[in-house]
Amino acid sequence: MIGLTHYLVVAAILFSLGVLAVSTRRNAISVLMGVELILNAGNINLVAFSKFSDVGISGQLFALFVIILAAAEAAVALAIVLNIYRNHHTVTVDRLHSLSG
Amino acid sequence: MLSVILIPVLPLLGFAVQAFFGRRLPRGGDFVPLGCIGIAFLLSLRIFIEALTAYSADWKMLFGPFVWLDLESHQISVGLLVDNITAVMLMVVTVVSFLVHLYSTSYMHGDEKYSRFFGFLGIFSFSMLGLVIVDNFLLLYVFWELVGLSSYLLIGFWFERDAPANASKKAFLTNRVGDLGFFVGIMILFWKVGAFDFQSVYDGIAAGKVSGWLLTAAGLCLFCGAIGKSAQFPLHVWLPDAMEGPTPVSALIHAATMVAAGVYMVTRMFPILTPDAMVVIAYIGAITALLGSTIAVAQYDIKRVLAYSTISQLGYMIMGLGVGAYVAGFFHLVTHAAFKACLFLGSGSVIHAMHDAYHGDHDVDEQDMRNMGGLRKQMPVTFATFLLATVALAGVPLTSGFLSKDAILAGALGFGGFAHPQHFLIPLFGFAAAFLTAYYMFRLVFVTFYGEPADERVSHAHESPRAMTIPLVVLASLSLWFFYSLNPVGQGWFYDLVKEPPQVALMDAQVSLPATTPNTEAAMMTAGGSHDDPAHRAHYPAMALSILLAAGGIFLAYKRYYNNQKAMMAHEAKLLETSWLFRALHNKWYFDEMYSASFIRGTMALRSALSWFDTWIIDGIVNLSAYFARALAWIQGLADRKIVDGLVNLVADSIIEAGGQLRRVQTGRIQTYVILLLAGMIVLMIARMVV
Amino acid sequence: MDQWILTLLTFVPVIGAAVILCVPGEQKNTIRWLALLTTGICMVLAVWLFNAYDRANPAMQFVVQVPWIPSFNIEYHIGLDGLSVSMVLLTALITLLCIPASWSIEKGVKGYFALLLLLQTGMQGVFVSLDFFLFYVFWEIMLLPMYFLIGIWGGPRKEYAAIKFFLYTLAGSVLLLLAMLAMYFNTTDPATGENTFNMLVMMDQANHSEWLRAGTIFGRSAPLMLWMAMFIGFAIKVPLFPFHTWLPDAHVEAPTAISVILAGVLLKMGTYGILRFNYQMLPDASQYFSTLLAVIGVVNIVYGAFCALAQTDLKRLVAYSSISHMGYVILGMSAFTVHGINGAVFQMFNHGTITAMLFLLVGVIYDRAHHRYIVFPNDYHEPELRGQLGFGGLWTHMPIYGSLTMIAYFAALGLPGLSGFISEALCFLGAFPVHRTLTIIGTLGVLLGAGYMLWAFQRLFMGSFNERNKDLPEINSREIATIVPLAVVVIVLGIYPAPVLDLIAASLSDLSHTLSAHSGMAANAF
Repeated sequence: MIGLTHYLVVAAILFSLGVLAVSTRRNAISVLMGVELILNAGNINLVAFSKFSDVGISGQLFALFVIILAAAEAAVALAIVLNIYRNHHTVTVDRLHSLSG
Repeated sequence: MLSVILIPVLPLLGFAVQAFFGRRLPRGGDFVPLGCIGIAFLLSLRIFIEALTAYSADWKMLFGPFVWLDLESHQISVGLLVDNITAVMLMVVTVVSFLVHLYSTSYMHGDEKYSRFFGFLGIFSFSMLGLVIVDNFLLLYVFWELVGLSSYLLIGFWFERDAPANASKKAFLTNRVGDLGFFVGIMILFWKVGAFDFQSVYDGIAAGKVSGWLLTAAGLCLFCGAIGKSAQFPLHVWLPDAMEGPTPVSALIHAATMVAAGVYMVTRMFPILTPDAMVVIAYIGAITALLGSTIAVAQYDIKRVLAYSTISQLGYMIMGLGVGAYVAGFFHLVTHAAFKACLFLGSGSVIHAMHDAYHGDHDVDEQDMRNMGGLRKQMPVTFATFLLATVALAGVPLTSGFLSKDAILAGALGFGGFAHPQHFLIPLFGFAAAFLTAYYMFRLVFVTFYGEPADERVSHAHESPRAMTIPLVVLASLSLWFFYSLNPVGQGWFYDLVKEPPQVALMDAQVSLPATTPNTEAAMMTAGGSHDDPAHRAHYPAMALSILLAAGGIFLAYKRYYNNQKAMMAHEAKLLETSWLFRALHNKWYFDEMYSASFIRGTMALRSALSWFDTWIIDGIVNLSAYFARALAWIQGLADRKIVDGLVNLVADSIIEAGGQLRRVQTGRIQTYVILLLAGMIVLMIARMVV
Repeated sequence: MDQWILTLLTFVPVIGAAVILCVPGEQKNTIRWLALLTTGICMVLAVWLFNAYDRANPAMQFVVQVPWIPSFNIEYHIGLDGLSVSMVLLTALITLLCIPASWSIEKGVKGYFALLLLLQTGMQGVFVSLDFFLFYVFWEIMLLPMYFLIGIWGGPRKEYAAIKFFLYTLAGSVLLLLAMLAMYFNTTDPATGENTFNMLVMMDQANHSEWLRAGTIFGRSAPLMLWMAMFIGFAIKVPLFPFHTWLPDAHVEAPTAISVILAGVLLKMGTYGILRFNYQMLPDASQYFSTLLAVIGVVNIVYGAFCALAQTDLKRLVAYSSISHMGYVILGMSAFTVHGINGAVFQMFNHGTITAMLFLLVGVIYDRAHHRYIVFPNDYHEPELRGQLGFGGLWTHMPIYGSLTMIAYFAALGLPGLSGFISEALCFLGAFPVHRTLTIIGTLGVLLGAGYMLWAFQRLFMGSFNERNKDLPEINSREIATIVPLAVVVIVLGIYPAPVLDLIAASLSDLSHTLSAHSGMAANAF
């Protein structure tokens, strides 16, 4: 019987992979992909809690919001990356340290 | 009152007109001062006639006192005094001044500063006339300095040349030396008597307010003024240099009137002179008389001979007053004014002619008598008047000079010869000077007017215009005896009008002479005077001796210079090389050299020393203390920077250091932040679990 | 009017200065005319004062007394007696003439005239104050504009001169401040029983504390020490030997009009202070120091004259002649006689007018030739001119200038008929009965004065004309207008001194009698 724990474990693995991607990938696009993984790990959690508790369909609704926000975020983030590429001719995040103190 | 005040004020008016409008008026406006002095002469004549009509030795008019300086609790008052002496002085000054004005219209003709010259003459006439009408020592001092001013202006009239500029300064400063003494005398009198006017001073001294050595000192201090103004030894050096002024000025100021102011002053202070003071005065006069006449023997500049002659004659007057021959001394002032003015104006006439003859040839000194000669034919009027005045100066009978000079010599002989044989030098100097005077004056006449002209051009010299010869004739005729006394050897109206004032200086133990001495003159005047009186006894011997000496002097000059001027001049040129005596005489006994080596150089050295002291010591101390303060400030600043500021900076520096270390965390790489975030979370979680 | 006249006279210049500050700086002529108007108003007020002043009354007149800082008994207390009225008139006259003399100033016109007017307020205030604190305030007010006027509008070494002047005077002020506090704490107003700054109360010895009469400070007599403190404070201002070296430097660097004010008015504050404070508050101590005063006076006369004889810079020469002439003032006042004190104050007035003339005349030639060397010094920047006469023969070239200079020089050397003679003679006559030998030495100054003045005149105006100066224009009518009024004053007062003597005589004779009354005590007091 697939219970709530299974979902959560999958979501945790997905989240960890996302964090790993965000914190280690050099390419900005890859980092964005990591972010998508993290968001989707969250979505799985939302839908799972919606299914296994008595909150109704609120969790699924939140998941929909997150998907929409992720799409918007991806659009903005890609535009930023594009601009960075235009200005710096690279999308390697290690080189982008203008905010260094 | 008004008419008396007008006498000096009119010439001042003339000056004011000349100063503001002179150059715009026709003829340079010379008629204004001429008219002013003319009216002043008429006013003076009226006073003189009034004095003659009164014919009393006590005649006088007093105006005043007027408060001049009102100091609330003290007042300084001044007034005017017109007595016989003033009346005579007014005549002398206005007559000579008027004639000199007249003479100058011709002599100064064409000078670019013509109207300025008449303006300056106006200042002089004002001051000189003011000087003789005031009744107190303070105003006497005021006008005394003002005649000094006009003398300064007129000596330096041709100031573009250095010699007149130097001479004018020398005259003023030398006079100031004497004036210091004069002022100290005034201070002594004012301190003790508390007043300035003659009568109060006499009264105060008669009351014993000043006596003894202090009175002698006061008298001698006042006399210092006369030493300066009347060019007495040792302050005589300015007068010969003053000849750099125009010749009419020399005649008016430096022969007839201003230099006689000293004599006039001594007559005013005569009553307060102690016998000690009088002896000093007599010696000064005698030395000056001899000194001047010796130097005159070896001069070639016609005006300088006359200048030294003036010094010598002023010495006579002072000597006369000093030996107590009061009237004679003053009388000589009057007669001398006429014939010496005549001589100077005559020399001006000669110089004028020489100037024309040489056409202003700058290589020829037109005042040097060696460049003249034979002028008697070309300039008969000048020659005749010059000769007459010379005869008067030499003291030949039937001239005015004989009358006055003889009386002085008689006084001197009576004083030094009979009464006080220890003072025998005074008459000795006097008679020696009389001999030398006759000698050098006739040397001048023979070299200038006799013999052959020194240069072909001189033979074309011609007589001066009427405006110059008329004053000469007037002044020469005033050198004759009958204006002063009908009896050519006696004593005329002058002796009746001018009487020796009573001595107020109290005789006390300190004085070295018997009380009778100063009154010799009075005793001589009295018809029934005692025959034992020294001056009376001296009268005839002195007369004989002076005639003899004058004749001797003239004869010697005649022998040496009458026929062979050229040879004698060459001989004298050789003497200058060989004889130290003649060289010393020619160089005026080296007085100028001595003074410049001592006083002038001393003053200059002192001023340099004091100025150095001021710059390097006094100001040096000031600057040193400023430097010291700056050094202290520097040290303090150092401490301030290193210690006080150091602490403050230490706090700031450590904060900066800490920040520098911390900034390393801020890498700018988001991934680092994420890792740190995670690490933090993990740490927190572990901590949560542990706790 | 009686109530307001002195206040107006003191503060009208400040109002004028404020108005000038509101005018835009480019309108230079407006500013100049405004300054002239302001000083003109002051002169009119001064003339009114001259007429209204009661000459027979020796006491203070036109007195105003209102509280200012009541907690310390400080009052706005002003008034005039014969001593101050002459100085007030002099200040108004000299400042008025300084405005046209400054007409050619182009740099910072607005600031210059504003400071000049502020300076006038300070000077007038000093002479009318009857409250020690008020006096001190004005004394310091006057210092500041002077510093800037020398330091900004001065010559090549202006900073040095300005700072020297400022520090020197300030050093004197410190002593004065100490003396003021000592006087304050030792004077009791009999009306209130409290300490007071009222100078009239301080002048009555009955109000002094025991310490002030016979106490000691550092083991020495307190009144003598106090007298010395005030004296040095004032002596720096006079200036008296050996505190005089700021004067030549300040004069040489200051612009003409400022030199005129400095010599014409500021120096008088020193002698005014001595007469007002030392003499009236501590008469016994003054008696004690009589001989010292006379010695310093004579040293000033002779030393100043010798130094003047050595100068090659005309302005320095005039500066040293000022030192010499102020010596007459000190000598005259040292004897406490009626003649001496009157002579001293009259000499203060006369020196103001005569020295003003001398400096104005120097300014005329400096404006034209841009140098004022009688003889070029040995370190002059043009080597071929070193040791040469700077001028010479100017009299033919500039006859009016020459004649005006002659009047000024003869006035300075004390020629009778010009005002300087009367005051010098009074000083000598007054000092002689007390200090005989010193006075006789002092008369040397008259001879030396003639020496340096005539020598300078000869080297400037006589002799052959120096072709280098052939382009110098004759003195212009604006300059004549500044000098002629002074010449008229000098000549008129030389013949008829009553206008000034009448003003001062009543108060000063009173002062002399008061001081003489102390002569006996002085011998026993210390």
